Amino acid sequence: MTQSQENSRQITYVQAVNEAIEYEMANDPDVFIMGEDIAGGAGRADLGKQDAWGGVFRLTKGLIGKFGEDRVRDTPISEAGFIGAGVGAAATGMRPIVDLMFVGFFGVCGDQIVNNAAKMHYMFGGKVKIPITIITSTGAGTASAAQHSETLYSVFTHFPGLKCVSPSDPYTAKGLMTAAIRDDDPVIVFNHKLLMGRTVKPEMGKGIGFGSIVPENSYEIPIGKALVPVEGNDITLIGISYTTLVCKEAAVELQKKGYSVEVIDLLSLSPMDNETIIKSVMKTRNVVIVDEDYPRCSIASDISALVAEEAFDYLDSPPIRITAPHTLVPYSLPLEMEYLPSKEKVIEAAISILE
Amino acid sequence: MAKSKETGIDKQTALWMYQTMTTTRMFEAECRRQADQGKLRGMHSSIGQEAVPTGICAHLKDGDQILGTHRSHHHCIAKGVNLNEMMAELLGKSTGTNKGKGGTMHIADINKGMLGANGVVGSNIPVAVGAALTSKLKGSQNVSVVFFGDGAVGQGVLYESMNLASIWKLPVIFVCENNRYAEATPFEYSMAGQSVAKRAPGFDMPGINVDGQSVVEMYNASKVAIQKARNGEGPTLIEAMTYRYQGHFGADPPLTYRTEEEEALYKSKDCIDRMKSYLIDMGFSDEEEISGMDEKANIAVAESVKFADESPFPNLEELHTEVYVKYE
Repeated sequence: MTQSQENSRQITYVQAVNEAIEYEMANDPDVFIMGEDIAGGAGRADLGKQDAWGGVFRLTKGLIGKFGEDRVRDTPISEAGFIGAGVGAAATGMRPIVDLMFVGFFGVCGDQIVNNAAKMHYMFGGKVKIPITIITSTGAGTASAAQHSETLYSVFTHFPGLKCVSPSDPYTAKGLMTAAIRDDDPVIVFNHKLLMGRTVKPEMGKGIGFGSIVPENSYEIPIGKALVPVEGNDITLIGISYTTLVCKEAAVELQKKGYSVEVIDLLSLSPMDNETIIKSVMKTRNVVIVDEDYPRCSIASDISALVAEEAFDYLDSPPIRITAPHTLVPYSLPLEMEYLPSKEKVIEAAISILE
Repeated sequence: MAKSKETGIDKQTALWMYQTMTTTRMFEAECRRQADQGKLRGMHSSIGQEAVPTGICAHLKDGDQILGTHRSHHHCIAKGVNLNEMMAELLGKSTGTNKGKGGTMHIADINKGMLGANGVVGSNIPVAVGAALTSKLKGSQNVSVVFFGDGAVGQGVLYESMNLASIWKLPVIFVCENNRYAEATPFEYSMAGQSVAKRAPGFDMPGINVDGQSVVEMYNASKVAIQKARNGEGPTLIEAMTYRYQGHFGADPPLTYRTEEEEALYKSKDCIDRMKSYLIDMGFSDEEEISGMDEKANIAVAESVKFADESPFPNLEELHTEVYVKYE
């Protein structure tokens, strides 16, 4: 690849995650991955295919051909069983990646995540490490209704012992996935379904999951650090995962109206980059937090409290939270679109402050 | 080495098993005294169940991992966890196995192959499957053994774990210590079919029912299971029928849900009394040597209390450390 190609290489979010996993598996024999249909069709060698699916989002497509069935391991539908097995493998020297297909399924395996993965290092006096990476899909916008469309970041961020990251594009997806696999603590990587190219509303999906330059070589984005993709002076918009895209689109419109907008791409939810948030708000004196999660006890609430406690004297206006409403994710298209934070809602909120 | 023709157990192993069980019982009795003094903050006594882990751990090496339950002092001692560090942990001292951060339900020493007690019923079972998966992926001969009570038989994760271990042919031994009561609920009430061993064949693994109050029976049953696991022939489920002499936890009066007759029946089949007779019958030992082993246990337990008493509590900064390997 030439220098100019390297500087402009665009791949999908899914390809970016796949590259990160492939590189780590190729370079560390302790890394392996397991989950439901991550190869797909295991046991049907007679069909002559490497993998039927490569995961429901194709994140692991092709890996079984490169690394074999031992290290790319289809599981039964037993989330508590295989995530618990991931914890045990991590405790005894492996670096497992486990796929929790949809974040809402944490309901059947929460014990393994919050009581074992999160707690063993502390509970055992620091003598056991649990370097497990849990990847999971989040987000509304795919007509999947209440059980397959949540984000639930705050649930996991609540627990000491877990790290949580939420990439916003292919570049951050590859860098955070790499960092998560190499991290010695349990890390949950939340991959938004819209960023992975799933949508029932074509215009919403168009271009999503592209648009960032992704180096071919391996790199890490440090866990615990936010990025500031748009710099400005009048207002700070804080996005998480898909809502970073919403913030960037809102910023373009607001800039056309003459406002100088700063966008923070939070990326890490635990640990959270408080410093970047406070520094930005002290500069812009206004903040809108855009979080797709339920509003109660959310990351948005947490940031709002942080800003109120640590930058109160700098604020020109109260922090505004744009979140999902305190309701469930609906199926019907107009209802689902109303549910999601949108560019329009962000612009309206920003203008209400700035005008 | 002299070996019993009847049981295949050599003298050294037989003496180790007696020593382990008598040490465990004295340790647990001392824990109760420490609790009564208010120094040890809560425990679940394993008295009566000493034979179960002892017979199994006689076959294990440091690299083999065991995983326990909320009632796990006997597992720890059988796997060779240091008594001083255990008592220090129970008294919340910085020199404890877990630096005072775990306590009775979380004692762990991975270097000794004790991958942790666990306070959530059934929670450790898939973790054992993962330890066995490591063994398979790394090509070691290590096995993992997970102990759980009859109460855990009601947890779905047991069956997910048995299935995973079976389809992947992992070196796991599932050991149900059926002490007849999940807290106060008898297994006759809660367990359809009255047997967990009978459930194993459905997962294409052997399920065997063993007298868990006989360390000799435990030794022999687990010998086969562990050898199979090491040979890559997959998991086994052992249902060890046993009895906890005390209540579920310190202040629990068990006669509210069981009878004196039942308690007397099980105590008449006490694992330590029977092992004492076995040692003498086999000519492995005599009354005097056995008394010496009891005294040795007594001294070791007393030393553990002294060590724990003389150890400092953790610094208050320890509240915040080791939540993560790194967090910034």
